[in-house]
Amino acid sequence: MKGGVLTTLAFQCSMLALLAFGGGVNTVVPELQRQAVDVHHWMDARTFSDLFAIAQASPGPNMLIVCLVGLKAAGLTGALVATLAACVPTCLLTFVVSGFWDRIRNSPWRPVVQGGVAPVAVGLISASAFLISKSADHAPLLILITLAAAAFCYFTKRNPLWALGAAALLGLTGVVS
Amino acid sequence: MATQSTSAEEGSNPAPSLFELYLGFAQISVSAFGGALPWARRILVERRKWMEPEDFASTLALCQFLPGPNIVNLSIAFGNRLHGWRGALAAIVGLMAAPVVIILILGSLYLRFGQIGNLRGMFAALAAAAGGLIVATAAQMAIPLIRKTPVTAIPIIVAGFVLAGLLRWPLPAVMAVLAPIGLLLAWRGRA
Repeated sequence: MKGGVLTTLAFQCSMLALLAFGGGVNTVVPELQRQAVDVHHWMDARTFSDLFAIAQASPGPNMLIVCLVGLKAAGLTGALVATLAACVPTCLLTFVVSGFWDRIRNSPWRPVVQGGVAPVAVGLISASAFLISKSADHAPLLILITLAAAAFCYFTKRNPLWALGAAALLGLTGVVS
Repeated sequence: MATQSTSAEEGSNPAPSLFELYLGFAQISVSAFGGALPWARRILVERRKWMEPEDFASTLALCQFLPGPNIVNLSIAFGNRLHGWRGALAAIVGLMAAPVVIILILGSLYLRFGQIGNLRGMFAALAAAAGGLIVATAAQMAIPLIRKTPVTAIPIIVAGFVLAGLLRWPLPAVMAVLAPIGLLLAWRGRA
């Protein structure tokens, strides 16, 4: 059973990382949530949103949400398998392509590919924003926190950690739960 | 725009050793709250002067072109250019080691204590704010795209949102439908 979970984690995390075009991990959050919550029942949607928040509030690539999904699904081994699976295929690809990047970077199809995937990525990131907020915002005050954090990040150039820290402190006072 | 050996030739610092590479990316990783790229630029270009600004921009273009997190790709591409596969390995291990340990500690604490009293409220508020961060990211990316090419961008953004967010299609299916349409529109828009 556990071997099955690890294989599934490895496969899903590699595939997701290879499909994460144009906006990093936020484009694959809808699929990661679908797999972890709806398909494999490793956690509920609220736990997923909590884990996502922890990944956002931690240093390092936000992609490390896969590490937390692996941790919840199959413990420490699961966390390491998920992290390696997400890293190795994309790293190999970058390793190979970076060797001949100078030759392809002026080719006429490069802007076409970049221009073509950009709106798809934005659509997927919008879906992530909707799914995370929907499962996080189960009280009116939480909706206000989401809106305030969005406005803070959109209108100021300050580090988003300020918004996360302020929200965490507010939550610690006990007013939201 | 020479990219092969700029850092050694154009008056910047000498190429870092494997250990320095490891330390540089470790420094980026622990500084990088809420997005690693500004820190990567600050450390690689401004503080350690391992890369020229144009060099950083063109390497970043490669990393944005390839799938996977940009900062992970950047560590691989930069490490590979300096020291081949050993450089790539030194950079990626530097980038990932500390964050993985930190996130595992935080995740374990959450799984063990996250439902207790006010911590429950703290994580609820944190998740709500994290939702807000992606709302802002989505808006920041969508608005310039919609201004530039409204006719092609809006339908694809909406379709991506509906298929992935509301209908919960699997990602490969969403990509299989939308990527070819996006590429076709970008190709026609170019000509």
